[in-house]
Amino acid sequence: MRRPDIVSAERLFRLGKKRGELRSFTGLSLLTIAIAVWMLVVRRGGGLFSEIDNTIAMSEVCIQVSGLRKSFGNVVAVDGISFEVMNGELFGFLGPNGAGKTTTINMLTGLARPDAGTLVVGGIDCTKNPKSAQHLIGVVPDESNLYPELSGYDNLCFCGGLYGMRASERRARAFELLELFGLAEAAGRKFAGYSRGMKRRLTIAAGIMHSPTILFLDEPTTGIDVQSARLTRDMLKALHRSGTTIFLTTHYIEEAERMCDRIAFIVEGRIVRTDTVENLLKPFQGREVVQISVSAPGMLNLQQLVDVFPEYGVHKGERGEIRIESPVPVKVGRLVRFLEEQGAEVTEARKKLQSLEDVFVRVTGLDTATMNKEKEKRAKK
Amino acid sequence: MCILKKDVRAYYLKPPNISWGLLFPLVWTGMFFVKFGTGSESILSLLPGMVSISILFGTTSMLAVTVTFERKAKAFERLLLAPVPLGLLMLAKTGGAILFGIVNAVVPLLVGFFLADLSSVVWGAVVPAVVMIAIVSTFLGLFIAVSVSEVFEAQTFSNFFRFPMMFLCGLFFPVEELPVFLQPFSFVLPLTYGVDILHGAIAGKNMMSLSFDFLMILLFALLLFLFTLRNIHRKWIT
Repeated sequence: MRRPDIVSAERLFRLGKKRGELRSFTGLSLLTIAIAVWMLVVRRGGGLFSEIDNTIAMSEVCIQVSGLRKSFGNVVAVDGISFEVMNGELFGFLGPNGAGKTTTINMLTGLARPDAGTLVVGGIDCTKNPKSAQHLIGVVPDESNLYPELSGYDNLCFCGGLYGMRASERRARAFELLELFGLAEAAGRKFAGYSRGMKRRLTIAAGIMHSPTILFLDEPTTGIDVQSARLTRDMLKALHRSGTTIFLTTHYIEEAERMCDRIAFIVEGRIVRTDTVENLLKPFQGREVVQISVSAPGMLNLQQLVDVFPEYGVHKGERGEIRIESPVPVKVGRLVRFLEEQGAEVTEARKKLQSLEDVFVRVTGLDTATMNKEKEKRAKK
Repeated sequence: MCILKKDVRAYYLKPPNISWGLLFPLVWTGMFFVKFGTGSESILSLLPGMVSISILFGTTSMLAVTVTFERKAKAFERLLLAPVPLGLLMLAKTGGAILFGIVNAVVPLLVGFFLADLSSVVWGAVVPAVVMIAIVSTFLGLFIAVSVSEVFEAQTFSNFFRFPMMFLCGLFFPVEELPVFLQPFSFVLPLTYGVDILHGAIAGKNMMSLSFDFLMILLFALLLFLFTLRNIHRKWIT
């Protein structure tokens, strides 16, 4: 066995040669790094260390979408939609599952590239560079996607760090939000151990950690308990009052009605109607609706009802209930008596207030039962 | 920096990963030293392979887990939504794995230090070589992680590269002694150049000039990184 402490002349020569090579290696390395930096920084606009434009072009319109289109293979997810969201507005994006809500949010937030159309967010044209407006926005995705291994507090601090917040700012803001969302006691616990409602609340807190100008929320209250949902809605209202522009997608129609300034209905990738809640409800104002539930509805002859009460609009619901719409007050007693004379057993008759749900059904042609089924499915998920 | 810190806390400092990072190189080193003896000559010729294999397996395994797992749990979207240029984001994301690879390399070097005289080793070449092997292996791991969607797929696909590299890159069998038809494959694998630097710096048995080796490994790292960035743009920002 040869010990290397006796270094041969040849080995010394090789080592000397190696040191010479090291010098040329340093030169070559610097050259390669210079080329790499040039390729990543100078040549490409969105390169490694490209500066982010922090200016917000102030205008009334906060989000402007025109002719936006996105397909996945043969499936057209978003089909040439156009809409505007004003500064400080709470804008609802309402539609069933698969309507194109999440795809639209992904395009607006830089997670997807549109096939066609233009996108302006906070005055910045993001059509070509999807990341250019990301410093202005906060996103609450439809799934709670924080880090299970980190505590609630660490998750928030990490999210703040991604937006360049200083350590002291992060700490203060994290404690403030944990307090606000009722999670102060669970601040040190791992996210993996949180309940579904707690996870959702922390995900929303993470979305607003850096106090964004525009907040995108994708189904924020789906699948959480009543208390958490109420807390979330209160938080959103407070954010709205503070001037944050909020883009909310949901399929909870009543939630949208209660919270949004304006609403767009999207069905199969197309926007079928955009208006204020007030304007959407206007055609129904002054009309009375009565919903009557009967046992064995199949035996009923609705035509007789129409003949006897020509002033009422009569519709049959999904589950056999009868829906009466009228511009004049409905005489419920007469109606019930007539139905019972026809052999039907009336189990319930109640006057309904006109809601956005009615507008949605009329505008989209989708029945609420479908929406409810989706709600149940998502809640189970 | 916060991404690197988060990854180190969430993944690399976890007991299973610490034990993997220490045990794996120890077992490999022990196995080879038992087989070939602990004489200085055999240690000096085995160390380059031990160091390289430890880095290669450590980095590719970690990237497969951290990136693929986060992608699957949609946590990676959080990073893509941050106002950080993608290149910088991915450098931060791979930083932890590069450090992990370097730590992996230290284990066989420490063992070698106790068993042999390493005074003739050119550390000025070993250290940058270890760093470069860690970088190129990490970027290879990133390339693999971006190409698949499941953690098990990433591990399988990693082996598709890792095992041929064990035989083709001169880790334990000199490239010149490989069958002629296999030798071209050696030169299109980045590890060949890293291992050659280590062979040169540790045992004085390099096949190519060190400058050329460094240049090649730098180029491979750059190409893998740029190619992966392109893939992320194409696959993840659809």
